[in-house]
Amino acid sequence: MGALSIRNVRKSYGSQDILKGINIEVEDGEFLIMVGPSGCGKSTLLSMIAGLDSVTSGEIYIGGRMVNHLSPKDRDIAMVFQSYALYPSMTARQNISFGLDIRRVPKAERDQIVERVAQTLQIQHLLDRKPAQLSGGQRQRVAMGRAIARNPILFLFDEPLSNLDAKLRVEMRTEIKLLHRRVGKTIVYVTHDQVEAMTLGDKIAVMRAGEVMQFGTPRQVYDDPANLFVAGFMGSPSMNFIPSEIVTLGGGIGLRMVSDGVTQVLPLNGAEAKLKTYLGKEVIVGLRPEKLTHKVDALCGMPHIHVIQSLVHVAEPTGPDTLLLVRINGKDVVCRVHPDHARAHGENIELMLDFSKVAYFDPQTELRIA
Amino acid sequence: MTAAQAPSIGKAASTPGGGLLDWLEGALPKIVVAPTFISALVFIYGFILWNGYLSLTSSRMLPNYHFAGFIQYATLFANERWWTALRNLALFGSLFVFGCLAVGLFLAILLDQKIRAEGFIRSIYMYPMALSFVVTGTAWKWILNPGLGIEKTVREMGYPHFNFDWLVNPEFSIYTVVIAGLWQSSGFVMALFLAGLRGVDDSIIKAAQVDGASLPVIYWRIVIPSLRPVFFSAFIILSHIAIKSFDLVMALTGGGPGFSSDLPATFMYTFSFTRNQIGMGAASAMMMMMIVVAVVIPMMYSELRRGRHD
Repeated sequence: MGALSIRNVRKSYGSQDILKGINIEVEDGEFLIMVGPSGCGKSTLLSMIAGLDSVTSGEIYIGGRMVNHLSPKDRDIAMVFQSYALYPSMTARQNISFGLDIRRVPKAERDQIVERVAQTLQIQHLLDRKPAQLSGGQRQRVAMGRAIARNPILFLFDEPLSNLDAKLRVEMRTEIKLLHRRVGKTIVYVTHDQVEAMTLGDKIAVMRAGEVMQFGTPRQVYDDPANLFVAGFMGSPSMNFIPSEIVTLGGGIGLRMVSDGVTQVLPLNGAEAKLKTYLGKEVIVGLRPEKLTHKVDALCGMPHIHVIQSLVHVAEPTGPDTLLLVRINGKDVVCRVHPDHARAHGENIELMLDFSKVAYFDPQTELRIA
Repeated sequence: MTAAQAPSIGKAASTPGGGLLDWLEGALPKIVVAPTFISALVFIYGFILWNGYLSLTSSRMLPNYHFAGFIQYATLFANERWWTALRNLALFGSLFVFGCLAVGLFLAILLDQKIRAEGFIRSIYMYPMALSFVVTGTAWKWILNPGLGIEKTVREMGYPHFNFDWLVNPEFSIYTVVIAGLWQSSGFVMALFLAGLRGVDDSIIKAAQVDGASLPVIYWRIVIPSLRPVFFSAFIILSHIAIKSFDLVMALTGGGPGFSSDLPATFMYTFSFTRNQIGMGAASAMMMMMIVVAVVIPMMYSELRRGRHD
C-alpha cells in the first residue's frame, strides 16, 4: 500500500455535501497536487488528511494505517500553511524545534536537527529572528523548516506560495521541487494555480465542486483531459473550444469550420468511428493555442495538419510568442504564433491547425468523446 | 498639472477679503483645538503645579503661600495612617491588577472555545463595567454585611457557625475592596483578552496541533505569549484604576473600620477636606502622582521601545 490512500471519502455539513466520494492513491515519495478553483473542496480534503477536520464517511490511510480517528499529532504528518502560521512570539529556531520539543527529543539532538534543516534551507543567519522580522519568502522557508525537522512520512502543503509575489513564487516553486527530490518524502500539495500543479506534481487531482474530475500525471491531464472542465482549467492561455458541426465529407465525415465567411470542411483523423453518431450534430473541438500556429511549409501535407485562412482581430505580443485572436465558428480563438510570423490586427493570416492532440467533447455531457 | 493650478485658482477666487478667509482656513484647526488644549493646560498641568506648590506650604484649612520646605512630606511619612494607606495600596493594587488579569484571561479563554450563546454570556460578564464604582460598592456592602448578606444567608441555611465578617474586620476589610474591584473590572479585562485571542491566526493553532501540542500547551506557549500587548494595555488601565481608587472604598467601607481600608486617595480626601490639612493632602496627592509615574512610565518606555524593534 502507498503512502496515502483516500477511499470514497465524503464530507457534508448538514445536507450540504462538500466532498462527494473522493478516491486517490499516492505511492511512496510521490508529489500529489490537488488543484481546482476555490470552493472545490481541496483545502477541506487536506484538513481531513491532517486530522483537523472530521471525515463524514470513507477511509483515509497514511502509510498503510487507518487514521480516521487519530488526532493530528498521531498521524506522523507535517503541514505548511498558506499564512505560514509561524508562532509569533518565538524565534525561527524555536519555531523549528517546537514540534521536537513537544515530542521530548533531547536538546542536543534537537539542536543538531535545527542546524541541519537550516543548512538545507539556507536560513542559518535567520534562526534568531522573530517571524515579524522576516520577509515573506524567509517566513515560508522557516515554515518549511518546521515541517522538515519533524521528519514525518507525509508532508501537507496548503497553498504555500499564494502569499508571495510573482517572482519569489517561481523561485520557491523550484526550491520546493528540489527539496522534494532531496528529502524524498511524499507530499500532498494544494493549489489553485495550474502552473504550479503542472511544474511540481507527479500526480495531479483536478477537483471541482467536491469531485475529482481527473486524476493522473501532468502529461495525461494536459494532453488527454477527461472532460471540458479539466481541458479548460489546465493550461494558460486555456484550450480553445470550437463548436463545430459534423458533416459528410467524401465518403466519411468531417468538421465544418467557418472563419470570416469562408467555410471549410476538415477531415477527421482516426476519430470517425467515435464521432459517427454525432453526424449532423455539434461537437466541441478542443485545440490548445500552441496547436494553432503560422503555416510551416515542411509540415503541410501531413494527415493531421490543416490550413485555414483567418482575419486577425487582436494581436497580443507576450515576448516569446504573439497571441493572435481570430474567429472560428463564431468563437474567439487564441493562436500562439512566433513573433516573426505574426500579423497585425485587420490582416489575414494562414493558420496551421495541428490535430495530433485534438480533443472532442460532447456539448451536453461535457465529457470527452475522442 | 492640476496640483500646480489649484493654488492660483484659489487665490483668484478669494481676492476680495481673501486675506481673512485664507487666514481663517489656516487657523481654524488651531481655533477648534484651542479650548481643549487650554483647559487641559490649566486644569491638569496648571493644577498639578499649584498642588505641588501647596504641598510645600504650611496650608491648613485654607491655602496659604508661605514656603515651608518639605515639612508636609516629613509629617506625612511620620503618619501611621498614611503608611496603612500605602500598605493597603500595595496589597489592593497587586491583588486587584493580577487578579483581574488572571480571571479575565481565564474567562476569555473559556469563551474562546466556540461555545453557544457566547454573545449573551459576554454581555453578562461585561455588565459590571457599566455600573459606577459607587453602585458596586453599595451593592457589595449589602452582600458582605454579616447581618444582611452572605453570612446571614449561609447561617440560615443551617450552618450557624459560618463566619464571613471581612467587611467589619480591620484585618480583612481591604480584601472586600479587592473582591468588589475584581467583580467589577475582570469582565472588562476579559473583553480585552477576547479581542486579542480573536486576533490569533487560526492556522497557528492548527500548526501547533499538527506539531503535537495539547490545548493547554498551545495556550501557554503560543497564544498567551502573543497577547503581550494586551497584557500591557490591561496592566496600565488596571494599575491607574487601582492607584486612583476612591469611590469604591468610600461606598464599600468608607475607609473603615477605623482607617483599616484607607487608600492614598481616601487619605488625601480626608486630610484635605475634612481634617483641614490641605498642605498634607497636597503632599499625599503628589506622592500618588509619583507612584503612577513610577509604575507606568518605565513600562511604557520599555514596551514602546520593543514595539519599534518588532
